[in-house]
Amino acid sequence: MNERKKLLEVNDLQTTFFTDSGEIPAVDHVDFYVREGEVLGIVGESGCGKSVTSLSIMQLVPSPPGKITGGEILFEGQDLLKKTEKEMREIRGNDVAMIFQEPMTSLNPLFTIGNQMSEAISLHQKKWSKKQIKERAIEMLKLVGLPRSEEIMKEYPHQLSGGMRQRVMIAMALVCDPKVLIADEPTTALDVTIQAQILKLMRDLNERMNTAILLITHDLGVVAETCERVVVMYAGQVIEEAPTEEIFENPCHPYTRGLIQSVPDMRDKKDRLYSIPGNVPKPGSIDKGCRFAARCESAFSRCWIETPELYRNSENHQTRCFLYDEQEGVTNANEQTTVKS
Amino acid sequence: MSEFTPKVDGVAEAKLEKTTGPWREAWVGFRKSKVAVVGAVIVIFFILLALFGPLVTKEGINEQLMTDRLQPPSSEYWFGTDDFGRDIFSRIIHGARISLSVGFFSVVGSIVVGSFLGIIAGYYGRWIDTIISRIFDIMLAFPSILLAIAIVSVLGPSLRNALIAIAIINVPNFGRLIRSKVLSIKEDEYITAAKAIGMKDFRILFSHILPNSMAPVIVQGTLAIATAILEAAALGFLGLGAEAPYPEWGKMLADSKDYLQNAPWTMIFPGLAIMLTVLGFNLMGDGLRDALDPKMKS
Repeated sequence: MNERKKLLEVNDLQTTFFTDSGEIPAVDHVDFYVREGEVLGIVGESGCGKSVTSLSIMQLVPSPPGKITGGEILFEGQDLLKKTEKEMREIRGNDVAMIFQEPMTSLNPLFTIGNQMSEAISLHQKKWSKKQIKERAIEMLKLVGLPRSEEIMKEYPHQLSGGMRQRVMIAMALVCDPKVLIADEPTTALDVTIQAQILKLMRDLNERMNTAILLITHDLGVVAETCERVVVMYAGQVIEEAPTEEIFENPCHPYTRGLIQSVPDMRDKKDRLYSIPGNVPKPGSIDKGCRFAARCESAFSRCWIETPELYRNSENHQTRCFLYDEQEGVTNANEQTTVKS
Repeated sequence: MSEFTPKVDGVAEAKLEKTTGPWREAWVGFRKSKVAVVGAVIVIFFILLALFGPLVTKEGINEQLMTDRLQPPSSEYWFGTDDFGRDIFSRIIHGARISLSVGFFSVVGSIVVGSFLGIIAGYYGRWIDTIISRIFDIMLAFPSILLAIAIVSVLGPSLRNALIAIAIINVPNFGRLIRSKVLSIKEDEYITAAKAIGMKDFRILFSHILPNSMAPVIVQGTLAIATAILEAAALGFLGLGAEAPYPEWGKMLADSKDYLQNAPWTMIFPGLAIMLTVLGFNLMGDGLRDALDPKMKS
């Protein structure tokens, strides 16, 4: 494996929402890391804590009711959770930037694109002249592949299409050359052709500017196309982590297998698509045993009693499933894979 | 809505691009309502009257001609004269300046103070919100004119104090309006996005949240000018507003109430002036609401 430095490390992160109906651990002891210039995907169904994880990194979890209750978020070795709000503001946009799911609503409807771009630049480049800022804004719009960027500067968000707005958002996020870009479902609200363009753009930018990207998505297709490594989340926990190829060739956790099977395969026209039975449990509703046990095809007695840890099944592959616990023996795991095929 | 332009059409979109900007769009919406335009015309008429009227009236407002007391409307005195023989027409024209400026400045005052309090209450929430909201609740528990009378009694009766009193009693209305708007806007994604690029709270408040919560304030403000003019007239009528020689409309009504039977014109014309201005602002306010309120747009 390559020896790139870990840029962003999330260790044992816990984010809890304190609501009237009790404490909801939306992010429950999550660990992962992003290396320099890497594209890491976080996959999971809606409600599994992906977005809260990303908001936690930026410390933008709506509070109240949300609160980061434990763990650490190391960026270049420094714990972001120990930073003051003022220091955090310097980091946001400058070192870590973020783009959101809804390009339709993430721009202020009252101001022109140029206005908003310039504002974003001037936040971190206080000494720049107006002309410099404008030039930089136009340059960024060109970089994200917007044609006639000079005209777009004068236009309002409602005059642009969803894909164009998402490009503007990306341009805005990248104005200060952040080291990490967190993209929270950046293509979910876009139609498929635009989706592919935006993903390609992000990959290009990743290669050209060496920006590490943390791509949060529920779409395995997006992951396959873009990411080097994947973290699969389920009910607030990381349940599997491996390089992308490995995940697709050798998915270990029954949930990951289910996810991959649920992707429609155009070559093989089955009557019905595969789906994992049941729903994601509410975070905090399961306090004993594996959180996936109730929906798992391979669950056995131990799954209901003990809580699995992340077990390492190869150098860079970890799975939170008893099938890969050394104690259970490898035979069990092999049996399961043969059953599947 | 007789014109239907499909937005998917490239041509229609190109046309739309020329009339850019949310304000231009609001203007297009406003123009569609005939009643609102009539209201705007009335308002503009009175504004022009207030600005330039005093230049064209021949009679002075306080020139008393005892020989011409309580004259009915004629070619010389268009609206007749009052009990001191003063020309009612010129007094009404001068009065427009007083009523409109009281209406305008008191509302601007309430908007500035109300917006500031409302935006802070809505954005920061928690105890700040509790304190500000409770104060608003307490103020709204009084009938507004009573509160205004109380404030004027404390400050002493004068036009300036009437203006201040009217401004104060309208603060909670604007405060609440802005607060509720801020509560919904602060959840919008562009606010999170602004935070995510490292923007300060203060800047988010005043450059993102405030402009976006202004539409209902403009509507409410226009309607509030109408109420403020009425309240100023009421205070004037009660002797708590403008002092004696000022041609304030409410005061003119109060001064001439004894002559209602033999010289009705002394009351009819100031009354009409109040009614027309208030009507104009109300019609315009309704039109603005239709043009600016997204809920009204289909």
